[in-house]
Amino acid sequence: MSEKAVAKGLTREFVQRLSGEKGEPRWMREHRLRCLAAFRKLPMPRFGPSLAELNLAELEYYARPVAPVERWEDLPEELRHTFQALGLPEAEQRALAGLGAQVDSEVVYRSILEEVRAQGVVFTSMDKAVREYPWVQDYFMKAIPPEDNKFAALHGAVWSGGTFIWVPRGVEVAIPLQAYYRMQTEAVGQFEHTLIVAEPGSSVHYVEGCSAPRYSRMALHSGMVEIFAKEGSRVRFTTIQNWSKNVYNLNNKRALASAGAAVDWVSGSLGSKVTMLYPTTVLLGEGARTENLSFAFAQEGQWLDGGARALHRAPGTTSRLVSRSVVQGNAKAVFRGTVYVAPDARGAKAHVECSTLLLTPDARTETIPTLNAENDDVELGHEATVGRVSQEALFYLMSRGLSEAEAMTLIVNGFVSPILKEIPVEYTVELRRILEMSLAGGTG
Amino acid sequence: MAVLTVEDLHVSVADQPILHGVDLELSAGRVHALMGPNGSGKSTLVMALAGHPSYRVTRGRALLDGEDLLALPPHERARKGLLIAFQYPPEVDGVRLREFLRLACGERCIAFCEFQKAYPQALARLRMDGFDDRELNVGFSGGEKKRAELLQVYLLRPKVALLDEPDSGVDVDALRFIADAIRELAAGGTAVLIVTHYPRVLDHVPPAEVFVLDQGRIVRRGGAELAERIGEEGFEVVRG
Ligand SMILES: Nc1ncnc2c1ncn2[C@@H]1O[C@H](COP(=O)(O)OP(=O)(O)OP(=O)(O)O)[C@@H](O)[C@H]1O
Ligand SMILES: [Mg+2]
Repeated sequence: MSEKAVAKGLTREFVQRLSGEKGEPRWMREHRLRCLAAFRKLPMPRFGPSLAELNLAELEYYARPVAPVERWEDLPEELRHTFQALGLPEAEQRALAGLGAQVDSEVVYRSILEEVRAQGVVFTSMDKAVREYPWVQDYFMKAIPPEDNKFAALHGAVWSGGTFIWVPRGVEVAIPLQAYYRMQTEAVGQFEHTLIVAEPGSSVHYVEGCSAPRYSRMALHSGMVEIFAKEGSRVRFTTIQNWSKNVYNLNNKRALASAGAAVDWVSGSLGSKVTMLYPTTVLLGEGARTENLSFAFAQEGQWLDGGARALHRAPGTTSRLVSRSVVQGNAKAVFRGTVYVAPDARGAKAHVECSTLLLTPDARTETIPTLNAENDDVELGHEATVGRVSQEALFYLMSRGLSEAEAMTLIVNGFVSPILKEIPVEYTVELRRILEMSLAGGTG
Repeated sequence: MAVLTVEDLHVSVADQPILHGVDLELSAGRVHALMGPNGSGKSTLVMALAGHPSYRVTRGRALLDGEDLLALPPHERARKGLLIAFQYPPEVDGVRLREFLRLACGERCIAFCEFQKAYPQALARLRMDGFDDRELNVGFSGGEKKRAELLQVYLLRPKVALLDEPDSGVDVDALRFIADAIRELAAGGTAVLIVTHYPRVLDHVPPAEVFVLDQGRIVRRGGAELAERIGEEGFEVVRG
């Protein structure tokens, strides 16, 4: 960390002022300062994509270009159009239990269905939760401690906004809760924190989407997601990532699954310049399960470094990590699949599957599996394939009247369909449209 | 009246000349047969007419309704009305039969409501009702692949259908309904070319004309009886 960056924004004074302006309790102010100290000590990631162009000294660590509103109509016109084009107000009416929207550092809009509120579900901004519920302290960055990595520490020091969800014991939220994140200001850093606490026997599906206008200067998104899935609960976390190509997307996501709990991570990654993201589930209780289903579409200039981790720390736990990547232009897609089985996690089952489709000669990919079992009563499976679009299949589809772009789209869609079918249809429409547009632009 | 006219067609594969001047006319509403020994170039002719990039036309022309076919990319040929059934159709992962045919029908300007009617009928015709949600050719048996090929051509009702061995490897019952479907195609006005090794399918669908291809050239033309003679005596009869 250069002194310049410290001088520019990341000072103790800045962090203290941020905490003060948010009216935070003392524990949070102290937590932020501990994170700042950790951030200064920790090294940059020693693996994966280069972060050389990410100038931490130039970032705006806090921006609030838009005041919060109660109704969509009260948002500034341009932003209202953006959200409308994304279909958010419509989705809110039709298919969501609740919706939040954040611009840069602060949540600007939030709603929750009356029935869902009546079930006792809490769906609010993280800032508000920190002020209102002292017990949030027992969870906040307890799944991912500041010392875990440099960007976790940075996040902890300057986090702002995000979502807090608490689902009471036995309550099932039937339709998804959603949040939408937008980065509006040039060279901004967005650090929202999402915390989900699912009490025993409850279930919830949360969906997050995002976008940003494209600027020439680099921006940073470094969010954190922590999920506490208690006994027998079910949590599904879906992410559709479509940041513009000047965004460094360096996130931390981790879930702790108690006995009999199920945590599913589903993600579609399309945007950003660089992504580093390895959602992790720690299977802490007997019979806990996790699935991680991800697809990535990397295009010219992108390096999408993704992965999934399952840490089996209890007997009879299962994990399934499945990834499908499509790589175009000179892009690179990496999948790091990590499975660890602890000595006493007998009868654990893990399956890692990673397939990549290369559309162009310059497209690059890497699969880095790490399977480590410390007892021998486990079932581990691993498959990895890399292929190119079959010219015979392409001709076959064209011989029935489909143009090359249509045929290509169909083949690529077919390839990612095992993941897409897990994503609510409202979002796959958008995903397919993006795929189609990119593939229609030619594959050369 | 010929819908498809092939004149002096020369085709090379991997710089190896395979067809050495093929002439052929197919008429609307008629069934034609193309026979010939293994390796004589039958599939090469079919693939070249469909526009497969590995099959390079070095001389000659092909006209569909008087229009130059060879200048068009493969999908335009299909849209203009030339479809083929593959001898060896490839498997396409993740693409469902229904979804694909819906798209293909769209390209042929078959309206959605029409598709809704014709598609289940076509499935029933080729006894493929259970295949609706299957991935295209993935895990299909040999005979099922043949039926799926014909299903597509049958549904899309082209002007010209080049069927590359639609009868190979299909059981006796399937042969009957495949033949029925071909007859129906022709009755609807399609010019059909059946590439086959067996006169048996031609018993069900009597061809108006039989072409015999040998070493890249049409060496004989005749009526249905030519197919019978080849079936009984082999290709010696045409080599003289
Ligand atoms: N890539 C290639 N390189 C060299 N020769 C090829 C290539 N592809 C095909 N051929 C040759 O072209 C010739 C014609 O093949 P084609 O598939 O058209 O025969 P066919 O008449 O359809 O035979 P069959 O009855 O066995 O289906 C064969 O001798 C084959 O080996
Ligand atoms: Mg052949």
